[in-house]
Amino acid sequence: MISMKINGVSRQFHGDPDMPLLWYVRDELGLTGTKFGCGAALCGACTMHVDGEAVRSCVTAVSEADGSEVTTIEGLDAEGNHPVQRAWRAHNVPQCGYCQSGQIMSAAALLNENPDPSDEEIVDGMAGNICRCGTYQRIFAAVRTAAQEV
Amino acid sequence: MLGVQNISRRTFLKSAGVTGALVLGANVTTGSMIGTARGQSNGSSVKPNLFVEIADDGTVTITCSRSEMGQGVRTGIPMILADEMEADWQRVKIWQAPGDETKYDPAGKDAQNTDGSRSTRHHFDVMRELGAAGRYVLEQAAAKKWGVDASEVYAKDHRLYHTGTGQWFDFGEVVDAAADIAVPTGDAAPRLKDQSQWKYIGRDMPVVDNYDMSTGGATYGADISVPGMKIAVVARPPVYRGKAKSFDATEALKVQGVEQVIEIPALSDAMPAQFRALGGIAVIGTNTWSVMEGRDRLVIEWEDGPNVRHDSGTYNDELMASARAGGLVIRDRGNVDEALGSAAQVMEAEYFVPYFIHTPMEPPVALVDATQMPVKIVSSTQAPNETRQYVAEALGIEKTDVECQVTLLGGGFGRKSKPDFACEAAILSANIGAPVRVQWTREDEIRHGYYHAASAHTLKAGLVEEGNVTAWHHSGAWPSLISLWNPVQRTGHPLEFGLGLIDTPYNQVPNIRIENGETDAMIRVGWYRSVNNIQHAFAMNCFANELAEAAGRHPVEFLLELIGDADVMDLTADGVEGHWNYGDAIEDWPIMPKRLSNVLRVVAEKSGYGKSLPAGHGLGVACHRSFHSYVGCAVHVVVREDGSLHIPQVDMAIDCGRYVNPEGVRKQMEGAAIYGHSVAMHGQITTTQGAVDQSNFHDYTITRMDDAPLDVRVHIVEDYTHLRPCGVGEPGVPPYTPALVNAIYQATGKRIRRLPIGDQLESA
Repeated sequence: MISMKINGVSRQFHGDPDMPLLWYVRDELGLTGTKFGCGAALCGACTMHVDGEAVRSCVTAVSEADGSEVTTIEGLDAEGNHPVQRAWRAHNVPQCGYCQSGQIMSAAALLNENPDPSDEEIVDGMAGNICRCGTYQRIFAAVRTAAQEV
Repeated sequence: MLGVQNISRRTFLKSAGVTGALVLGANVTTGSMIGTARGQSNGSSVKPNLFVEIADDGTVTITCSRSEMGQGVRTGIPMILADEMEADWQRVKIWQAPGDETKYDPAGKDAQNTDGSRSTRHHFDVMRELGAAGRYVLEQAAAKKWGVDASEVYAKDHRLYHTGTGQWFDFGEVVDAAADIAVPTGDAAPRLKDQSQWKYIGRDMPVVDNYDMSTGGATYGADISVPGMKIAVVARPPVYRGKAKSFDATEALKVQGVEQVIEIPALSDAMPAQFRALGGIAVIGTNTWSVMEGRDRLVIEWEDGPNVRHDSGTYNDELMASARAGGLVIRDRGNVDEALGSAAQVMEAEYFVPYFIHTPMEPPVALVDATQMPVKIVSSTQAPNETRQYVAEALGIEKTDVECQVTLLGGGFGRKSKPDFACEAAILSANIGAPVRVQWTREDEIRHGYYHAASAHTLKAGLVEEGNVTAWHHSGAWPSLISLWNPVQRTGHPLEFGLGLIDTPYNQVPNIRIENGETDAMIRVGWYRSVNNIQHAFAMNCFANELAEAAGRHPVEFLLELIGDADVMDLTADGVEGHWNYGDAIEDWPIMPKRLSNVLRVVAEKSGYGKSLPAGHGLGVACHRSFHSYVGCAVHVVVREDGSLHIPQVDMAIDCGRYVNPEGVRKQMEGAAIYGHSVAMHGQITTTQGAVDQSNFHDYTITRMDDAPLDVRVHIVEDYTHLRPCGVGEPGVPPYTPALVNAIYQATGKRIRRLPIGDQLESA
């Protein structure tokens, strides 16, 4: 049996330990804020935090998260008002919105690790997340704004 | 002119829990007649197709009947109505309509398909009229309650004021008195607000889904589950129109969570592909990961069929040969041969653009419950009625027995107007007797898509001594998207000619000939954001830049001279018949060279075109009309020693006529530059023995933040806002690539004539 805390709630998983965290969270727990984009850690749409670190949940087996604290977009802030989320709205970042859960989780982890990133560090930190609508200019600006608050 | 009817007493739309509501319905096609809401038996009347509901708590619910895929339609179109009605945007809710073209496209124009950058221009007038009708009814109702003449009442910011006393009602307070008030038509129809009174149209508005999209609460295709639902993935033939000869599911069925393996019949040889299921072997189970694992364990022997000869290496050469040969003359002005014969200098160049695939971040997904009637579909689709139609065909039932609920789309770009994935889910659901969600993986999306047509272009021009262009000859060849319906289609279609080719804007050139060469389609070809405009804008803007250099002329001034400043370019004067003008009347949306020149001047000025730049820097421009809008683009590039690029600044000038949400326009232009950057730098699908070579983002590269332009400056041109709204979602993409390529030339002296740019500069 695998145990973890997801958004503060204790969960026990009895299925295949190789199942990626993404599918456990989406299909078994019904938390659908985290998105499937590539299944190969290439696009970042599925980004979650495991013990505070950003991971690509589409390639992270549940067994790797055994005993961990997992945070999904739904658990980032109870009111949806994490500084990154507020900055996202202030800059009107989303277009289709599909990649934004992953973008926000990457940005939150980046700022958690480095509260005062340089422009280059923002670009490096966010380059793993693809946005097909092309909202990078606003993501970049939003991360900068959020950095002033965290 | 449309009529609006108060249908409060017989509507189905009333919100749950609301005791009273004012509901207005309008029909956009007739102008005189308003029918009943669905559920009424009067079959002869017209069904209203636009709705606004005002509940007794004042909440205004506006129907959005077009799909949201990031272009902002759920915000922009309701803004028009809310403004005209004097509603307070904070109290407006959006209701997403299901597929029903009898209501939402009664004129049969677009089947409610969100495509072609046309939603705003096709809804602007009617949403205003519906909003004005709402304001009228509320004012009348307030007057009735006060027992005063309606001329003493006016609506403002969700309130109804009495001019004499200053008393006011909230919108919700008069709903009870509004139910029987008729909306006059004709000359007595409610007056529209004067433009000076607009409070939302033309002002920045954040999208209505901003909060949900920043908290994981927004609902996309794969986010809805129903009891008893199974999940499926499908192994499809690697070669288009191939078939499974045999398969062994033994190992797949051993995977925990896999329940069944079922064959979806292959597309029969006699059947055009259209939006039908390709066929294949489906693995069905309880968890997405399980069925993906199961699919990996299938052993399938495929029969490839005739398209196995589709090899990009030879096919691309054939395309270029076909472009050189030309054949079908689609526009002929003056005498190009004679002008070329007497030219002081004849310039020629060839351009090539490969296949692309859409890669919306959300891969295709559809949930179908075919276990009951009506059959229910939930899908992130651009085309809910074609989804109903093809699902009905797949199940052998009537379209009227199929319903389609539309979720948010995680990007569309044209892929999600083609509901083959919903057909798969329908076939499987009917087969196993349970609701089925078919999930496409990224590999599926890249390998089994509808590809943006590869194309080859040969251009030839005659220059006289003074450097003026006297002849322009463009011949293009590409597999036609009409091949989806007519597999033996070998030429292009007027719909494709109209995508920036037949309307080549170099109106001052006295001799113009445009031709189209023949080719076979050996893959599913389908429209992709901006469609053929991408390659047409690329070829002509780059060639014009080459000509400017040959003529020793300033590139911007040269281009402005080619385009000129005529009010209108009349293609019929060049013998063009049946010009496809994005489905709209040419009188309503003419081709206006002066507007194209204007956006070019704007970006030249805003970008500082002509300023001296350090070595390795370049500034390039391009401009293009598409979807009735005019976009100029200037790209500043830095080419580093190793051939890698940096884009410090992009300027985009758009003239889209009347616009609704400037923030939305800016976002579309910013996104278009980045979408264009992917096209220019990376986009390329190739095939080997009929199978697509690429499979995921490692080999089908999409621009990321570290190679994206991050300073895109958008200039919304105000000169023609008195004219009709034009497209915004697509027109920004086409001019980006040629502007970048022209900038690269200025920086390096290297001409890029074949996309993608990829590593071509590394060898420079």
